[in-house]
Amino acid sequence: MASIKRRVAIIGAGITLFRRRLKETGRELSFYAAKMALEQAGITLDDVDAVVCGTAPDAFDGVHMKGEYLADGMGGHRRPFVRVYVGGGTGVFTPIAAWWHVASGHFDVVLAVAEEKMSSCFPHPQKAFTTIFDPIYTRPLGANLVWIFALEMQRYMHVHGVKKEQIATIAVKNKRNALDHPCAQLPAKITVKDVLESEVMVWPVQRLDISPPSDGAAAVVLAAEHVAKQLTDDPVWIEGVGWCLDSTYWTNRDLYYPKYVEYAARMAYKMAGIKNPPKEIDVAEPYDPFDYKEAHHAEGLMLARKGEYLKDVKDENDIFAKYGRDGDLPICPSGGLLGVGNPIAAAGMMKVCEIFWQLRKEAGKRQVKNDPRTGVAQAWGDLMQVGTVMVMRV
Amino acid sequence: MPAESGVMERRVAVIGVGWSGFAPQTADLSYKELMFEAAVRAYEDAGVDPRRDVDSFITCAEDYWEGFSIFDEFVPDQLGAVLKPTCTVAGDGLHGLANAVMQIESGLFDVVAVEAHSKASDLLTYEGLMRFAMDPIYTRPLGWHPYALAGLEMARYLYDTGNTEEHCAMVVEKNRRNALANPMASYATDITADDVMASRPLFEPLKELDVAGLADGCVVMVLAAEEVAEKLSDKPVWVLGMGWASETISPELRDWCRPVYAEVAADMAYAMAGIKEPAKELDLAEVDDRFSYKELQHVEALGFCDYGEAGKMLEDGVFDRDGDLPVNPSGGSLGVGHLLDASGLFRAMEVVLQLRGEAGRRQVEDARVGLAMSWRGIPTASGAVLIFGSEKEVSRT
Repeated sequence: MASIKRRVAIIGAGITLFRRRLKETGRELSFYAAKMALEQAGITLDDVDAVVCGTAPDAFDGVHMKGEYLADGMGGHRRPFVRVYVGGGTGVFTPIAAWWHVASGHFDVVLAVAEEKMSSCFPHPQKAFTTIFDPIYTRPLGANLVWIFALEMQRYMHVHGVKKEQIATIAVKNKRNALDHPCAQLPAKITVKDVLESEVMVWPVQRLDISPPSDGAAAVVLAAEHVAKQLTDDPVWIEGVGWCLDSTYWTNRDLYYPKYVEYAARMAYKMAGIKNPPKEIDVAEPYDPFDYKEAHHAEGLMLARKGEYLKDVKDENDIFAKYGRDGDLPICPSGGLLGVGNPIAAAGMMKVCEIFWQLRKEAGKRQVKNDPRTGVAQAWGDLMQVGTVMVMRV
Repeated sequence: MPAESGVMERRVAVIGVGWSGFAPQTADLSYKELMFEAAVRAYEDAGVDPRRDVDSFITCAEDYWEGFSIFDEFVPDQLGAVLKPTCTVAGDGLHGLANAVMQIESGLFDVVAVEAHSKASDLLTYEGLMRFAMDPIYTRPLGWHPYALAGLEMARYLYDTGNTEEHCAMVVEKNRRNALANPMASYATDITADDVMASRPLFEPLKELDVAGLADGCVVMVLAAEEVAEKLSDKPVWVLGMGWASETISPELRDWCRPVYAEVAADMAYAMAGIKEPAKELDLAEVDDRFSYKELQHVEALGFCDYGEAGKMLEDGVFDRDGDLPVNPSGGSLGVGHLLDASGLFRAMEVVLQLRGEAGRRQVEDARVGLAMSWRGIPTASGAVLIFGSEKEVSRT
């Protein structure tokens, strides 16, 4: 494999409110996020060479070829524009695709925008998720996502002997972190007891173990090294990218460990020259649509050994000591999907934005205390099948 | 618009192509089987083992075509892509190729496979599905058949340029006759322009035979970085230029005569390939012809001639297979069948086969530089252009 040709930096980020039901159309949400990112980068749309769009299933909006529909809202009118897509992993994958637009030498400034509007799906976006299953083998079972995540969570707990009380601390941490995020949909000061007493969805998944469906958009501006250095004193370099897709047949793999996330992480770490992830990474945003997923993904990212993410975590105090903003390794300082909300593709991009702001020390009340130099954002998606990983440095 | 340093520092070549299906019905094969067949042929052609040699896989797909959500879920097994970098490019096959090229140019990967397919025969109604591609607030409630937009655009285009309905009918005659020499073609027939003119009006001036029929099929291509391509392939076909662009989905905000997406994409591709006079420097072109008038419109947008001149050039035989600049020697979508988002990859494959001298009875003589252009269809204004060469540079002799 050849060496990477050009260094690429993120120079601006933008995000909209994440809400259960926003009045704005997807095109408008995209516009707001893109505008904020361009303003932070100190440029206008005229300076943008190409646009990369990310958005998850068309079924949410009921719009076929949703990328084409969103193109003008994202700034893609009369420009090179393309939509990329890996289900729930799209949010981190979109800036990865924008990265190769710049790294290849074709473009100097590329805008990456991720949008999701789940509220158009009536009566509930879960209904759209029934269409992600193989129409012959698994769709007839009538499974929805909560159902299969219950299987995965059960398996993770069983293999490692992890308790629900431990997993619930993640929901407590992220929802509390989200109190400081101005765009957050479900920030809350809750306790482990609240989580354990919340409505049972599909055992062992309960109401407060889950992130909320949401509307929202997020955007980042990428620039080649020579442009980035002209435009900002604080570029955040994209030093590693990785993604990996496992077999369609999720029924044939052991759900206790996301091997695809590990492979994606290995690819990104190799590119970034990271040998010892927990030591070399200062802040991480693993994908947390469910609380156990933060543990699952942090292990896939090799930030903890298999089954040990929640070792010694018995209550709220323990999790904040280990993974809080002033903890040993800050994890999901944004508040994650559990607290900020989960407009699928936009939620993944939110994590990239958060690492960008954290590394620039622009995260305000959410700022982690360990003077972060290296951060990692990760998303996950498809049928418990894909991992997308981005390593950033200042 | 492209970066200052936008010239390719790492050349990329097509080293393998494979296809399957190419029939209006493929009831005996699932989309997975179509993909498997095409992939096996492409890997065999390239001399690669996907599990060992292919670094990254791209599928070009849209959920609504497939009838389920998140299509890339269903891709890795039959492509040999399990636990590898794999993704969807929700675009035409040429968009997929462009992203594969960039993945290689960036230095990230050496070998990338691109897949695009059509299982159009699974659609209950094509037009019913295409309604969902319209803006749900402004245009969908009008309840139009999507071809109504094509009829309107065709009327405006002919009015502005002076090209005629007869010219459009001649495009159909040329392409469907060209297809007679193409074993992949589903709609080959010895038809005349008069037959087209006499066919049933759909949305005037658009007539039944102005519209390409649907077909199923799959195309897989393998691309490689220069050093790998030269090791693996005797006949690498080089990517010399590429460009793509979109316009707003709102038809009311677009130019109804000029397909600006094609102009922007072509300018980008020509700049990269160093092509100044496309009509002289290209040896053939495979250009979107989903509707007959689109071929004329695209030919003009690609700068083969000025607006309003394509009809006359067609009359003069310039675009015939033995003309100065053969356009759609394969038969195009009108002759081969419209393959949804695989249409662009089919066109690219045709150019590759022509440049390798493997196009059989439809071979264009002395083909060294060829162009493939795609459009994503009503109601989009998105298109892409790729330029291929049998040599690494466009030679000016």
